[in-house]
Amino acid sequence: MSSNLSAIFYLVSGVLFILALRGLSSPETSRQGNFFGILGMVIAITVTFLSVGSFSSGLIYVLIFLLVGGLIGAFIAYKIPMTAMPELVAGFHSLVGLSAVFVAISAFLNPEAFNLGSPGAIKLASLIEMSIGAAVGAVTFSGSVIAFLKLQGIMSGSPITFKGQHFLNALLLISILILSYLLCSSQSSNFFWILIAVSFLIGFLLIIPIGGADMPVVISMLNSYSGWAAAGIGFTLENTALIITGALVGSSGAILSYIMCKGMNRSFFNVILGGFGATEQSASTGNKEQRPVKIGNAEDAAFLMKNASSVIIVPGYGMAVAQAQHALREMVDTLKKNDIKVTYAIHPVAGRMPGHMNVLLAEANVPYDEVFELEEINNDFANADVAFVIGANDVTNPVAKTDPQSPIYGMPVLDVEKCKSVLFVKRSLSPGYAGIDNELFYKDNTLMLFADAKKMTEDITKNL
Amino acid sequence: MEIDPFIFRLSIFILSIFIGYYVVWSVTPSLHTPLMSVTNAISSVIIVGAIIAGLAGSTGNVFTISNILGFLAISLAAINIFGGFLVTQRMLQMYKKKKKDK
Repeated sequence: MSSNLSAIFYLVSGVLFILALRGLSSPETSRQGNFFGILGMVIAITVTFLSVGSFSSGLIYVLIFLLVGGLIGAFIAYKIPMTAMPELVAGFHSLVGLSAVFVAISAFLNPEAFNLGSPGAIKLASLIEMSIGAAVGAVTFSGSVIAFLKLQGIMSGSPITFKGQHFLNALLLISILILSYLLCSSQSSNFFWILIAVSFLIGFLLIIPIGGADMPVVISMLNSYSGWAAAGIGFTLENTALIITGALVGSSGAILSYIMCKGMNRSFFNVILGGFGATEQSASTGNKEQRPVKIGNAEDAAFLMKNASSVIIVPGYGMAVAQAQHALREMVDTLKKNDIKVTYAIHPVAGRMPGHMNVLLAEANVPYDEVFELEEINNDFANADVAFVIGANDVTNPVAKTDPQSPIYGMPVLDVEKCKSVLFVKRSLSPGYAGIDNELFYKDNTLMLFADAKKMTEDITKNL
Repeated sequence: MEIDPFIFRLSIFILSIFIGYYVVWSVTPSLHTPLMSVTNAISSVIIVGAIIAGLAGSTGNVFTISNILGFLAISLAAINIFGGFLVTQRMLQMYKKKKKDK
């Protein structure tokens, strides 16, 4: 296949990828969008095989590895529980990063195969693009591995900080620039290896100081990085499909990071330079005296809800941990049978990744037109009878609106306290991620339900 | 003077960033998780580079480091492609509208 023809096909698959993202603008068109994505991928892979033309004996291995990877991927996709989606996405990002590194190294060692010159005399532009691809890929890989370990609970979710951390990171970033320069001027492979090693280290250091509840930002950011890495490799390979895709994914991840930061009213740099736990430690100390809260049980909760005419449910990460989404859906079904209006209110940063709660509710067969975003539903709390907060905490804290001293001041929160009564399912009175007390606990109209989210929901259903 | 092809690629890149910007803002927030998994899948189009690396070198020896890295990258990208698209499909199938009648 001539290279012009294959370039046109790569362009076609790039356009199909754009349509794939476009499809996600509404759930109705989303499945079609996903199909476009698959089609684009099939075209890109087929064209690559055809354009290489003369197949070496390597072909059989290429097919075997393709098949093995595909089977593993398909197996994971069918087995993975929806609650583990953040870990899965983090894991997948690390694979994109690592394959970018592998492709870059491969191109560095065998530039003839990619028409980039010969070893020791690689075209300057290609060398720069290669270094960018490899460096960003390596950062994506090690960063995603740390994010995966934190989400999976293998590594503690609390921020790990040490003195001189920012200084070290800055130093490493500068050394990347110097190494790239040395690499380009000397073509020595040693600099290439050091460059990749330092990049792995940066990815690692960048993510360890970030705490669990900031994971939505981290995942989005790594999503973005994986795109830029792909784009870097795309420039090296002079491949339009890769360049377009890299740009799409890069900007997609950047936008998601922005939305997540806005949801927490924090700047991107504030999140990246260390979690709440690191910078706001003074906030959690002080105010240690016990204040009275109203404690209820499943019967009280069932009584309140049975006599309500509208109920708003506020799910959070705790619901995911307790796997309570199906129990919740059963409770809601019972409520609806009693002609009680039920809606769901979702905060942008609820859960561990963008849209996490929506997927869990969808899994439990909750129709998506009963689920609302913060801006859509926040005015409805004042007219609702009961707010049922399950596994959320900081995102309901009225302190964010009233106390300028609070570390979460200014963060958009759900106006849960405006409801006639609030049911708060929680395992204990311990503060949430931000390390601050939730004023909501002590309000007169709040009833605390101390139990595992799933068990409590089931008990309420029995009592309805 | 002729324009370096690099400039054309850069133009494609920059314009794609803008396309990405506007397309992604139109994605409904409830589909942000599928958005992440599908972007994950499509960024694995990096497999085209891996395939070229894996098929390189027409003579007998297909086990140079360059080839082996190509093979490994193919597997990693393939995990992502199949895993990413299938898990997105699985998620999207769960998004249902309210039934009109009970």
